[in-house]
Amino acid sequence: MDQFTLNLLVVGATFALYIGIAIWARAGSTSEFYAAGRGVHPVLNGMATGADWMSAASFISMAGIIAFGGYDTSAYLMGWTGGYVLLAMLLAPYLRKFGKFTVPEFIGDRFYSQTARTVAVICLIIASVTYVIGQMTGVGVAFSRFLEVSNSTGLFIGAAIVFMYAVLGGMKGITYTQVAQYVVLIIAYTIPAVFISLQLTGNPIPGLGLFSDSVATGQPILQDLEGLLSDLGFKSYLEQSDTTLNMFLFTVSLMIGTAGLPHVIVRFFTVPTVKDARSSAGWALVFIALLYLTAPAVGAMARLNLINTFYPNGTSEAALSLAEIEAGVDAQGNDVNWVNNWAKTGLLSFDDKNGDGAITYANGDANELTVNRDIMVLANPEIAQLPGWVIALVAAGGLAAALSTAAGLLMAIASAVSHDLIKSQINPNISEKGELMAARVAMAVAIAVATWLGLNPPGFAAQTVALAFGLAAASIFPAILMGIFSKRINNKGAVAGMLAGLITTIIYIFLHKGWFFVASTASFSDADPLLLSIKSTSFGAVGALINFIVAYIVSNATDEVPADVQELVESIRIPRGAGSAVDH
Amino acid sequence: MANNGDNNAYWAANKRIIGISLVIWFVVSFGFGILLRPVLSGIAIGGTDLGFWFAQQGSILVFLVLIFVYAAKMNKLDKEHGVDE
Repeated sequence: MDQFTLNLLVVGATFALYIGIAIWARAGSTSEFYAAGRGVHPVLNGMATGADWMSAASFISMAGIIAFGGYDTSAYLMGWTGGYVLLAMLLAPYLRKFGKFTVPEFIGDRFYSQTARTVAVICLIIASVTYVIGQMTGVGVAFSRFLEVSNSTGLFIGAAIVFMYAVLGGMKGITYTQVAQYVVLIIAYTIPAVFISLQLTGNPIPGLGLFSDSVATGQPILQDLEGLLSDLGFKSYLEQSDTTLNMFLFTVSLMIGTAGLPHVIVRFFTVPTVKDARSSAGWALVFIALLYLTAPAVGAMARLNLINTFYPNGTSEAALSLAEIEAGVDAQGNDVNWVNNWAKTGLLSFDDKNGDGAITYANGDANELTVNRDIMVLANPEIAQLPGWVIALVAAGGLAAALSTAAGLLMAIASAVSHDLIKSQINPNISEKGELMAARVAMAVAIAVATWLGLNPPGFAAQTVALAFGLAAASIFPAILMGIFSKRINNKGAVAGMLAGLITTIIYIFLHKGWFFVASTASFSDADPLLLSIKSTSFGAVGALINFIVAYIVSNATDEVPADVQELVESIRIPRGAGSAVDH
Repeated sequence: MANNGDNNAYWAANKRIIGISLVIWFVVSFGFGILLRPVLSGIAIGGTDLGFWFAQQGSILVFLVLIFVYAAKMNKLDKEHGVDE
């Protein structure tokens, strides 16, 4: 069976599974649509949260970023997991007790202010739309590489699948589909990693293989990699090259950004009790850690395999020749067809500039090979010469990661529009049936907009991810935290704090990335930033600090929080009674 | 229904558990993984040093333990103060 048929079979089987679940888990009420009827078991909710959180960025990009960045990129590993500790202790249990449907709803009620709610809706929509563009683009790429259809056809197929289970099933359909998608994506990520770890180190657990000895040389593989990189003039894998200040603030920004992303927070509204909300955050991290403990191994091993492909006899001998690439096999008989396969996509390119008939891979002007770091995970099984069904599985896994996150984001956008705008501000008397219809229409519109943006991705899509995290870190996270842990922060303080955090963060990003991401209008660059060594991607932490300070000062200078709101704060701190918020 | 004084004691106890947990959370990630890495550089592990391990894997394992220990401690505290469900 050829590779194309295999890909089609494996991806087709997973899609059939998702559609089957969608038909089974159709939502009948607004509670089922927004919060899956609050009946989801914490372990299943943890799994769904894992799939919701781990996007195309975690599945496809992260290991590639680590492969080329080494120690400096540890911020992603710590940041995207450490946020769950904050969620479990500082946000999730109390928001579950609050017992409503959306994040802006909490902010609006706690700060007794429609303005606060509207600011939260705006942050939510900007952060979620930004994110969804990336997922849709990822779906298009995965389809065009593995199913040999055009990028746009791939995007339409993906959008149709999401439409089926998200619009029909709402949160309930999304949750149970995400459980299935988690299983698909974790198997797809782990199996090639196990094979590669066995080949290189003889250890079947990739996370342990990373710190084991190479079967080829007998010394630790990290030392092998460090030696090869130094021979070729690349920066060290193990040493720190970023400044400590920036690495610190980047990790803070990713952590509190994770804890402040609305599509992650709403997942904790779906469990039956406060107790379940706490353990559900733990289970989510268990399922996320399975991938995140493997990712640094995938990164290091992919870099090692990449170098070994181009220097089959070691870096002191001749590099891979054009004739070998053409033939798809090197002098040792290793299959190097993947170089040609990926060259076709344009994501890998080589150019024999010095005309010596071989492709030099090294740092500096002599380099003749360009590799897009996003292909490392997808190309990994081919680089390691694994069987065809593993390649098909990785394609299905990448699609599962992108689709599950897209569905979660679309849900967050649709509920913000139908619940926080239409029901709360435009037509408060809307019936439950009417609201459900509004939510479905909002979801369908959101899918159409996301698909259109995926077809015509704005040039700034990649940069705006920093904006999404910055917004969540600088506005939403501090507002919720202060709402729960302080009875002194009032409506004026919260609004002033959110706006101050939001605006300074946006200005700082625009100063470095260009106003509205028009690159020519940038006054500074991340290589030489405005403040100390703080890059625009790390500024969310500073924005959050500004939010806290402004909210505190303004609240202390203005009126006390009304007694009924203080009682609300008292009540969300106590778990008893959360069950009564089921099916209300 | 528990009275207000007891609710305040419950909340204070919760904040104390959170405080201790977050100190550990900070030390293993920002501490061992970033700020204190030079101090730990003498401790070798699989071709690199302990700080590298904490930054790439160790901190994640500690985060996991922290959440489950927190959840267990809070379940106990909920019962002691009669606010469990």
